[in-house]
Amino acid sequence: MQVPYTVEARSDTGLFNAKLGIWLFLSSEVMLFGALFSSYILLRVGADTWPHGYEHLNIPLGTLNTAVLITSSVTMVMAWASLMLKDFVKYRRYLGATILLAIVFLVIKGFEYSAKFEHGLYPSTSTYFAIYFTLTGLHALHIIGGIVVNAYFWGPGSKMWKTDPERFTHRIEIAGLYWHFVDIVWIFLFPILYLL
Amino acid sequence: MSEAHSVEAVRLQVRRYYAVFAGLLGLTIVTVTISYFHLSAVPAIIAALFVASIKGSLVASYFMHLISERKFIYFVLILTAVFFLALMLLPVMHHADRGAV
Repeated sequence: MQVPYTVEARSDTGLFNAKLGIWLFLSSEVMLFGALFSSYILLRVGADTWPHGYEHLNIPLGTLNTAVLITSSVTMVMAWASLMLKDFVKYRRYLGATILLAIVFLVIKGFEYSAKFEHGLYPSTSTYFAIYFTLTGLHALHIIGGIVVNAYFWGPGSKMWKTDPERFTHRIEIAGLYWHFVDIVWIFLFPILYLL
Repeated sequence: MSEAHSVEAVRLQVRRYYAVFAGLLGLTIVTVTISYFHLSAVPAIIAALFVASIKGSLVASYFMHLISERKFIYFVLILTAVFFLALMLLPVMHHADRGAV
């Protein structure tokens, strides 16, 4: 039996299954990060002293990572636009660039983490570093998840383009929604942790 | 995305994506520049979150196509925003409560 509404939209919601599914998932993600942001506010407001992020973190590297992630959002949406324009070669180029940029982001984050560890700064060092490592670590896990999904759609998953191009285009749109959400989370994490 | 997409419409969107990209990079520079002024806590937080909110809105509106999305998605997001705001208010209320004791 064919699963309904994988390509065509339901008449009542105007959405296909995956579109509704990803937005419900992203809503739960908002609450997950929201709980951590709320904890951050609670800890910061309740603390007698709180270090400035710019005193402990590398702002140029954080800024570079922000630019890398924003660029990856553009390449992600361009991958989807390429499929809309029926240009599969460009799609693979853009999605490949998205994956590479995500890896660059993680490598830069790795440099930042290792610099902290070399200076003896761990999550147990202070409340500030506990929340810093928790928030950025959870975000990095989301980046890794995005890389795995995008790598699948770049490689074996892209076979669907030949058999069901419309459904495949929807899949890339859904993967893109997740990726842009990860970008938005970083857009808020960067000033909160690095600049304030 | 909810609207019908002709090739021309997608090409127009691609031009918008690059404009938004430039805007996001510009706003990132603004955020970092503001941080070098070392403002006191409240104006620094307001400025940082204000710029971050504009950047987040740009990504959500154009890259996530929320600007032309179905009403049902807006309903889901409004519900999420209500609970998110409640979460953000919890520590503020706790702090106010502690201050009153």
